[in-house]
Amino acid sequence: MMRFILPFVVFVILAGFLYVGLGLNPREVNSPLIDKPAPAFTLPQLHEPAKLFSPADMKGKVWLLNVWASWCVSCREEHPVLMELARQNIVPVYGLDYKDKNADAELWLKKGGDPYVLSVSDADGRIGIDYGVYGVPETYVIDKQGVIRYKQIGPVTPQNLNEKILPLVAELQAK
Amino acid sequence: MIPEIGHFTLIVALFMALCLGVLPIVGAARNNAVLMGVARPLAAGQFVFLGVALACLGYAFVANDFSVLYVAQHSNSQLPTVYRISAIWGGHEGSLLLWAFILSAWMVAVATYSKHLPEEMVARVLGVMGLVAVGFLLFMLMTSNPFDRLIPAAADGRDLNPLLQDPGLVIHPPMLYMGYVGFSVAFAFAIAALLGGKLDTTWARWSRPWTTIAWVFMTGGIALGSWWAYYELGWGGWWFWDPVENASLMPWLLGTALMHSLAVTEKRGAFKSWTVLLAIAAFSLSLLGTFLVRSGVLTSVHSFAADPKRGIFILSFLVVVIGASLLLFAWRAPKIGLGGKFDLISRESLLLSNNVLLSVASASVFIGTLYPLFMDALGFGKLSVGPPYFQAVFVPLMVPMVLMMGLGPLARWKKIDGLELVKRVRWAFGSAVVIALLLPLVMGKWTPLIALGLLLAFWIIASVVLSLRERLAGRDDFMLRLRNQSRSYYGMQFAHLGVAVFIIGVTMVKGYETERDVRMNVGDTVQAAGYEFRFNGVTEEQGPNYVAGRGNVTVSKDGKPVTELHPEKRQYNVSGMPMTEASISPGLLRDLYVSLGEPIPDSNGAWAVRVYVKPFVDWIWAGCLLMALGGVLAISDRRYRIHNKRTMAEVSGTDLPLKEKTA
Repeated sequence: MMRFILPFVVFVILAGFLYVGLGLNPREVNSPLIDKPAPAFTLPQLHEPAKLFSPADMKGKVWLLNVWASWCVSCREEHPVLMELARQNIVPVYGLDYKDKNADAELWLKKGGDPYVLSVSDADGRIGIDYGVYGVPETYVIDKQGVIRYKQIGPVTPQNLNEKILPLVAELQAK
Repeated sequence: MIPEIGHFTLIVALFMALCLGVLPIVGAARNNAVLMGVARPLAAGQFVFLGVALACLGYAFVANDFSVLYVAQHSNSQLPTVYRISAIWGGHEGSLLLWAFILSAWMVAVATYSKHLPEEMVARVLGVMGLVAVGFLLFMLMTSNPFDRLIPAAADGRDLNPLLQDPGLVIHPPMLYMGYVGFSVAFAFAIAALLGGKLDTTWARWSRPWTTIAWVFMTGGIALGSWWAYYELGWGGWWFWDPVENASLMPWLLGTALMHSLAVTEKRGAFKSWTVLLAIAAFSLSLLGTFLVRSGVLTSVHSFAADPKRGIFILSFLVVVIGASLLLFAWRAPKIGLGGKFDLISRESLLLSNNVLLSVASASVFIGTLYPLFMDALGFGKLSVGPPYFQAVFVPLMVPMVLMMGLGPLARWKKIDGLELVKRVRWAFGSAVVIALLLPLVMGKWTPLIALGLLLAFWIIASVVLSLRERLAGRDDFMLRLRNQSRSYYGMQFAHLGVAVFIIGVTMVKGYETERDVRMNVGDTVQAAGYEFRFNGVTEEQGPNYVAGRGNVTVSKDGKPVTELHPEKRQYNVSGMPMTEASISPGLLRDLYVSLGEPIPDSNGAWAVRVYVKPFVDWIWAGCLLMALGGVLAISDRRYRIHNKRTMAEVSGTDLPLKEKTA
């Protein structure tokens, strides 16, 4: 009786998909902003609020935009990775200080070290909304034309830095 | 020391589960009474040892033993004691322990309330549940031991996720798990029946109350979860089609189908193989729910484990349990036979259509939840399926189901005259149509969807009234007739009314809610649905493990004060996570809901404030409560108690020699 074996067959196919699904990275959620121009903003710099920063200033350079906050626990996890990256001087990292108090943020950077060329403060999180930030930390790779090429959700680890982000940066810099 | 005792009891429980999974099933196959007899004591032993394990973990939490990794990850010395206890199931390892413990509690319940069942049936049922327990205990001991030590011990813990620090979340997971795991009983009965090769109406009668209890817990658990999302997430929504929510909705839908299908199998002997398949599928989806939530295959707001090793284990477990069950089904089901015949228009066919619609609904949720995964697996990239898909698919399926739901209880078994049925219900349906057309006009806004929702709700109510009227009409004593109806009849009608109340809640909220998202200075007012909300500023308050900005909002209507609300914005000390605590003034006809957004920088104490007036929103959960209450009424029916006694008397003759053999 074929019809009685059918549920089993359907299940086996399903299990196959689930098995493949396990090998995929759940953190690698596609952002609708990938391959779109990075949303524009002009924000005061964290250390010198009188000065402004805008992604337009970065035209012609490949750079990383890292969303962080002093209240974020996972940011502490990725902080040493970013410090190391800053020391190697491969690609400039800019910080977007998300929903944070300036005093807290500055204290945090003073204590742990500042991996950023500069940070801007997005105190009310409005720029975060434009970028589709749904958790801190997140890191965007932005190319010379100001287009977002990659988005890392969650902390940057040495593994995904070496396997994904740096090769992509090298490729984009060569263009 | 205490955590090692906990670890040890887990190992003992695993060995007991192994014995339970093998000996009684072998005993049932060989008709060996001694082997079958070990099932009950082993089930009790499981319960005791897992209870001790749970107590050990609880002790580690209460005593702030941060040398236990799990405690260090999910608790903190500042955490209030009640949340330290609920933190037991605040993470992956502890949830599994709770799951295994609840499974053993169900085993003990089956062992206790099965005195009237044939011994080999009990042996097989407990044996199958034992095998499930083996899987969970192995999983825990191999990949996720809650008693793992952290050496050196942490000075303090990382604190429980602030989202979970809430009274609703203290009871939501145990309740939901009671439902999830409860379906294992229906599953075990189905497998036992397949193993024994005897699928008859008694099998359906035995598994019916168990299925209903599990369904009651699940209904309560889902309702609690939805209520929590409503007041805790601060977005004012009550269902987000989040993968974790879907993971509980799928087995609930199939469980609902199973309940109805079991009714047909018991009363009419029909749909037997279909019922067995539903029992297997409902439990499989419960397991799959665990898989989805725990493995990190799908990410969502509240899944808290992402570890591929665990995923592989759960997947293998799923393959073994579900694959073996479906193979057994394929092997045994062809011999089951068809059972009672019925006409195209009959209660059977109405229930069958309801079954099919519920299963299709469950499948559509399944597809929507897993579609992104399939697409990704096939290399089409990542994508996400949102609420629009679910609404577009769900509503058209539920409309015919609800229409038939009104007819089902009115129709007779086997064969009915369609024309006569139409005649009987014309007034009920007509009045539902009139109310659905007129009520939105009274409320001030008429849209087809509001009218449709109200039509469905009032159609159910009218059909319940009609059924009661038909049953209670007569010349003799009205009260006597009222009393003479069985509790399972009342249970069914209560549950159906619950669906109506639920639909009213959903329709009214969707159709008539008012939302204002405004920037408010101290002293500003905002109008919403006739209410005036006045923002009196935010003061700083110190909580046990957080600092809160506590807002003060006074609400008035036509100049008369209504209530005072205190929404909070909390900053938890350890995780530094900001949390929104909405403040709600609940009411039968409307909820007033205020939550704080963000403070406006460089202003004089101004905040972004979100204000909702949500009409009838509490009816959503009241409806779920009614459904659950209906389930409770149904299982309290005297039919089950009488049957218990009678079957015991019938069986006792054959039962005696068996007992002598054991002695």
